[in-house]
Parts: sequence; structure tokens; C-alpha cells
Amino acid sequence: MHDPNVSSRRVFIRQGVMLASFAATLPHFIQESAMGMLAPEGNALGSRPGVPDERILVVVQLSGGNDGLNAVIPYGDAEYHNARPGIALGEPGKAKNGGAALELDKDRGIGLHPNLTGLKELHDQGKLCVVAGVGYPNPNRSHFASMDIWQCGRPEGKGTGWLGRYVDAACNGSPAADMAVSVGRTAPLALMGVQSKPVAFESADLFRWLGADAGGAMDAEYQRMARAGQLSGVEAGSQESFLMRTALDAQVTSDRIRAAVKKQPLVPYPGSALAKQLQTVAAMIRDGMKTRVYYVSMGGFDTHANQPGSHGNLMRQLGDALLAFQKDLAAQGNEGRVVTMCFSEFGRRVRQNASNGTDHGTAGPVFVLGPAVQPGLRGAYPSLTDLDGGDLKFTTDFRGVYQELLGKWMRAPMDAVLGGTYEAPGLIRA
Amino acid sequence: MTLRRPAPPADLAPLAAARFDQAAARHLLSRAGFGGTPAQVDALAAMGLDRAVDLVVRYGGQPAKAVSPDDFDRDLIPPLTREEREQLQRARRERDEATVERLERKENQTKAEDRRQLQSMREWWIARMIETARPLEEKMTLFWHGHFATGARTIEDSWLIFQQNQLFRTHATGNFGTLVLHVIRDPAMIKYLDNDDSRRGRPNENLARELLELFVLGEGSGYTEQDIKEGARALTGYTVEGEEFTFREANHDGGPKTILGQRGNWNGDDFARIALGRTACSRFICGKLYRSFVNDVPEGDLPPGHAAARAAFVDAMASELRANQYELAPVLGKLFRSAHFHDASNRASVIKSPAQLVVQTVRQLGTPPRQLSSLTAACELMGQDLFQPPNVKGWDGGRSWINTSTLFVRQNVAIYLLTGKRPGMYDWENDAARFDADALVAGAIVSADAGANAGGDPSPEALVDRLLAVSLATPAHPARREELVRFASKQTSPAARADRTLSTLALITALPEYQLA
Repeated sequence: MHDPNVSSRRVFIRQGVMLASFAATLPHFIQESAMGMLAPEGNALGSRPGVPDERILVVVQLSGGNDGLNAVIPYGDAEYHNARPGIALGEPGKAKNGGAALELDKDRGIGLHPNLTGLKELHDQGKLCVVAGVGYPNPNRSHFASMDIWQCGRPEGKGTGWLGRYVDAACNGSPAADMAVSVGRTAPLALMGVQSKPVAFESADLFRWLGADAGGAMDAEYQRMARAGQLSGVEAGSQESFLMRTALDAQVTSDRIRAAVKKQPLVPYPGSALAKQLQTVAAMIRDGMKTRVYYVSMGGFDTHANQPGSHGNLMRQLGDALLAFQKDLAAQGNEGRVVTMCFSEFGRRVRQNASNGTDHGTAGPVFVLGPAVQPGLRGAYPSLTDLDGGDLKFTTDFRGVYQELLGKWMRAPMDAVLGGTYEAPGLIRA
Repeated sequence: MTLRRPAPPADLAPLAAARFDQAAARHLLSRAGFGGTPAQVDALAAMGLDRAVDLVVRYGGQPAKAVSPDDFDRDLIPPLTREEREQLQRARRERDEATVERLERKENQTKAEDRRQLQSMREWWIARMIETARPLEEKMTLFWHGHFATGARTIEDSWLIFQQNQLFRTHATGNFGTLVLHVIRDPAMIKYLDNDDSRRGRPNENLARELLELFVLGEGSGYTEQDIKEGARALTGYTVEGEEFTFREANHDGGPKTILGQRGNWNGDDFARIALGRTACSRFICGKLYRSFVNDVPEGDLPPGHAAARAAFVDAMASELRANQYELAPVLGKLFRSAHFHDASNRASVIKSPAQLVVQTVRQLGTPPRQLSSLTAACELMGQDLFQPPNVKGWDGGRSWINTSTLFVRQNVAIYLLTGKRPGMYDWENDAARFDADALVAGAIVSADAGANAGGDPSPEALVDRLLAVSLATPAHPARREELVRFASKQTSPAARADRTLSTLALITALPEYQLA
């Protein structure tokens, strides 16, 4: 099998001296073209410009620990109702604690949160796959440690991000600046590769220098200095080098992205922050940007107290935003190119706490959306009685989800990214 | 090939007094504070190393802007009283819509007022950073805010956030152990980490976990899940009554616990003291101080030998902290005196935090502070929403501040400070206050630039050199100087000539290098 890492390393060694001389001063995307000419033919990853393979992965991160048991509800299990007298939701048609589950899998007695009407609609269209009980061995109940584990794709939670390594591998060691885009305040660890760093922005409108607008004919000088990249004599790895290279990347991605998001979306979006982020992602996809991985996030899931109201709002925002996004992609004709995956760093404890909330738990559901998914509930729903210290035992290893998304959907060889093979939950249809 | 810099000294040995020059004074002022005007740098340099460091670290003698309890309204957001809450629940049950609406409106109004007060606190704090004669006090207050990160949105009580901010200010350079004992009694922290819901038989582990993982020891420093569980038991009963800390004996689990190998009927203070007794604590805190004040280049990107010097230096700081029973001022004093801190490799090696960038631009270049609300909004866009860190881990700092987007905001906020023109979404907002950029140049150049024309109008070279020296943490790259000199030389029309200093400075603040302290 073709291993892109080996060939890229060979190319680097062979061509390294020549490329190194301008690697520091060229934007990443020009480097990529240079490398592209040198890369072996028939690159199995097919992600080079001009090669028609434009599958896209969108990741939605739910921060704080989404309560999986109240998102994908085992309403048919008496233990669910025993353990959560103040927050358990009723079976379909029988409201309890403010709501009744929406049917997901009648045979198994599993439903969706009543406010996930958006996901229910997608489910009815065969565009929703729910993987139950996703987790990892020796669960860590710290938000940050567990989020690091999910973002790294490694149980030790250290090093580069799983999507960053994917971009590194898919780009043969010379990632384009906009291969991975994060819409949000900070660039997530998941997108940090060895070479690959994501584009990250919150508002496309101000994604440029405005100094020249303020008066003074300075733009030419500004552009030259900002686009100079790493100046000669500056040490690689130094702060100056890092900043000069980032400034260069910022310039070359600014124009493209600002142009893309100017267009009106084809469908209305709700007003939530997540909806705005997904609207921006849809605009970039519509514009034909060659970005393969988009990352958005939504916070507020750490529902230790008075959970029903706040979690209900979050479920409403999540389902409605994902539905609008999917409709937009369909209207664009891009729906078939995109799979969206939605995860949280952990689920929450089976038993509710004294404050009508839930504490940090372990395994939780992952949502995968798009026409390419195997619709319905996948994986075994974890037992509510066979617990590990009050928490669910995971039934699907999260790396199995990643492996299928990257291997089957993005068609990338995944050993280098995940360091092993895991049981595929069967979430992608073809 | 570029010459590799030799590694800095690996111990706390002080800088030779004779080497404390203007550049060193500027470095000290930039790191231990928010930078200063050329006149302040000169004054500090003239004092010599010891007096300069004392002035900065032992700031008790400097005037403090009093914090009046009247600055903010304590009773702005009395949450619904117990009676009102019961009334609301009853009204909901009985479908008494009028009562429900009245009480909910009251609640929403107080919450909105509270958010307004929180915003005025943000502006108050930024103003304080700009004005203070004790910059290290504010800088350490910001450091502790990031360390003991507490999110205001979760608390919904700005008064508690204000109290916490004052706590950090009071103990800014005091005793770390004392600070920790205050933090576990801090109402904002107790609420943020749900310790007010923690009781005997049903301990909430949040505060105990973060105390070990994020506040005192650091993740992976040898504690176990069991230590967290036992620590959570020890902290039961540490709760909030109204807006004050209270220890509720009835909710406290007084039974025996084993924490980090020590067995006893520990309470929360004991738990904190046991954690503070570990060597890992001093290393953890000093490592964090180091990244904030000395160098935040990732270890893997350091030149050969530098990582080892850093590790040894942090170890020396940690020993010093332990030897001083966790008193911070002596350690900070040694740090700022050390040859290591002043080493060339540790100049321009810290990426300015958003607050640092904004405050330093005002303090160092002397721009008007403009609208404080615009400054706090810019800080938020740059990833540092004051009183609302992203999570309990605080801000990661360093290179995580910089991405392709925040870099533009950073450049644009400098433009706003210089020109008063603020990029809104679609429009510019004008602030009439004029920034006299030429004040940075006047006087200083007339003597140095003997070749200037008779009116004292400096040559492009002299102008650029002066502006680079007052703006950047290290001498500029020759290519930058060349580009800027060419620009300044072109400003020949009367209008362009009048704005020459300002527009040259605008270009300098847009340099990637301007982001470095």
C-alpha cells in the first residue's frame, strides 16, 4: 500500500535543500504547488489541486460534556427513569419533566430529545446516523484532558490533533493554508498537525488590515511587509518566524474567504452562534474553497445544575442549526460531498445529582449527518445497570468513528493518523 | 546559516549591574508591566538594576488608585429571594401567568443590569491597567485571573467577580499558599465550580479536581482519582450564604480521608495545605510564571541547550519559592534581576496577551485610550474576554493567541488607538482625540540627528530608527528598516508630511514583530 508519509519524506530529502531556500518565505499554498509537481504520480489520496476528489468533513464540537442520556434517550429502560427522577424525559407521546422523546428506534426504546426536531427531520430523511456509547478506555472526567483525548485521537491526549495529522498526510507534508478552517475564536488542537495549522477566524468581515482605510497611502508597504514571510537570518522556530509566517498565511487566505462569505445563504438560518458558524462554513463550501475539514463548536453543555431548561435550549439550537446547514448544502447541490460529525468530550453520569443536574461521565452518542451515512442507531446502547463507578461503559471506541470518517469517507489511509485499526461502527454507507 | 544564540544562564544569578541599560530597562518595564514611555524607560535605566527592580516589584510605596466600594453596586443583582422563587414555582404550577411574567421580568432586568455592570468592570480594569503606578500589581492580577479562571456568565453576579478580582489584586505578589486558601473560600469560585452544591454523602468533585489539576499541582503530577474524591469530601460544607463564604458544618464530611498518602479528618484547608506541601506545586507555579514573564516559545522550538537552561532556571525559581514559604515577591525580584531574564534569547520571546497589546500600545506610545468599550471588545475578539476565560483552564497564552484572524484584529486595534478610527462592521467610528505621534520623536532626535534640517525635522532614517526603538522589543530587521525608510522618504506632499510620523508608526504596529514583548 502506498504510504504518503514515506514518499513525502523521500521527496523532502531529495528536494529539501532547494525547497528550504524559499520554504520560509512562500505562503504554504505556493509551497504546496511546488511540492505537488514533485510528488509521485497517482497519489492515492487524490487531494491535489485538479484531482477531482472534494469530499468534506465538518466537525461540530459540543463543549462541556453533552448529556448523552438526555440527547439520545433510552426511554424504554426503567433504570433511566429511576436514576433521573427530576430530569428524565418521557417516552414518545408521554411528556415527563417537560417533554417527550422523539422516536428514533422504537424496537430498542430509544428516542431523541424533544427539542432535536431538526435531527428528527434528518433522521426521517435517512440522513442521520447516531452512534451510541462512544468513548475510550480509562475515561478521564476532566473536561480538558478528555477534550484533548478526543481532539488528539489518542488515549494519552498529547501531541498533534487527529485532523491535523490527516491534513499533514493528505497533503503530502505541505498543507495548503486553508485545508482546514476553524470558525471560532481559537483554533482547536484537533486541527493542529506537524505542518498543518488551520485558518481560524470568527468574523470574515474584518479578516484584513484596515490601516489603509484610515488614511495614508500605506497599503503597498503593508502588503510587502506582511507578505514577506520569514525574513532571512530569522531563526526557524523563533517567535519572529512563527509570527512572520502566520502574517503571510493571513494575507493569502483573507481575500478568498471574504469573497466567499459575502453571498446571501440559500436558506434562512436561526440566530444561534452555532447556526452563524455553520452558515459561514456553508458559504465557503459553496464558493468552492478547497478546504477539506471545517471545525465549529458550541459551548454550555456542562449542566451540573438545573439541567432541563438549559440543556433543552442547547438541544434546540443544535438541531435547528444542523438542519438549516443540511438544507443549505442540499440547495447548493453540495450535500453529497459533505459529512458532518458532532461529538462531545464525554457524556454525563447516569444518576442525576442533588441540583437537578448531572456530573461528568464517560461515553456518549456521536451524531453523523449527510446523505452518505448509514441511517439510524448504530452500536450497542450502553447498559444503565452494568456501570463502571456509576458511569456508562463505552461500546464503540471513538477511534473507530474517526477511522471510518477518514478512511471510508475521506479515503485516506489511517494507520499513520490513528496508530492502529479499530472496529468500524458502520456509519458510512458507501 | 544563522548563528545560534548560546543558551541563557541556568540559574538565578543577577545581571551585571553595568549591563542594565535602556534596552534592559525597557525589557523589564514591558514584562513586569505594560511598557512605558521613553522618559519612563530612561528614568528606570538611570536607577540601576536593583532600585529599578525594587520599584517594580516592591510597589507598596507607589500610589495606588483606591478602589471605592461605591465604584460598583453590590446589590445590583439580588437573585430572586427564596420566597420569590417559591412564589414563582407556585405560580407556574397554578398557571398564574401574571405572577410568572412579573417575576421573570424582574429576574431578566436584574440580569441585564448585572451584565452592564460587568462590562463597566471590564472597562474599569483596562483603565486601571493603563493608569496604574503599580503595573506588576495589575499584571499579576491578570495572571491569577487566568490561573484561577472563573467565568462571569456562569456566576451571573458581577459583585462576586469584582470581589474575586480584588482578592487577586490584594495577593498579587503576596503568598501563593495564602491565596489558595482564600480561593477555596471565594464565593465566585465556589459557585463557578459548584462547591455550593457539594455536601456530605454527595460531594461534587469539581473544585477538588481543579485544585489539583489546574490550581496547585498540574495534571499528571502524581495524584489519583481517589485523591480527588477524598479532596471533594474534605471540601464539603465550603459554600456561599448570600454573597459571603460560609462553612456549613452540617454539610461537611468530617470523617477520615486519605489525600496524597496522608490520613486524617481533613477539611478543605487541610486538603489545600497537603497539596501545597508537594514539590510539584512550586514547579507548576514557577513554570507558569516563566511562560508569562520570561519566554513562551514552545519547548520543541527552542534552540539546542535552551530547553535545559529553562528547566534548570524554573527549578531554581521553584527552590526559591519553597525557601520563601511561597512568598512570591522575592522570587519575582530574583527573576527580574537575573541574567537569564535579561539574556538576549529572552527578548521579544513572549507574545503579548490581548490586554497587554492594548495597554502597552497606550502606555508605550502615549496614544489616547479611546473608548474603553472598544478596547474590551477588541480584547474579546483577540481571544481574551476579561472575566470570561474560555474555561477553567484559563487562557493558553503564547502562540495560541495568534491565528490568521486574531492577527488582523491585533493590527486593527493598534490602528484604532493611533487614529481614533475604529473599524465597525461596515463603518468607521471617529474619535476626535488626536494622537500626537510627533511627541515620541521631538527632542530625542534633534540631538541624535545632527544632520536634520534646521527646523528639527528629522531625516527619514532618524525618524524610523527612533520609532522602531520605542515600539519594538528588539532591533528591527534591516529589511524592515529599509522598507520603512523608503516609505518615510516618499511622504513629501504637505499633507503626507504632516502625517509622516503617524503613518510610519501605523506600519510598525502592523509588523508581525510588534506582537512581541
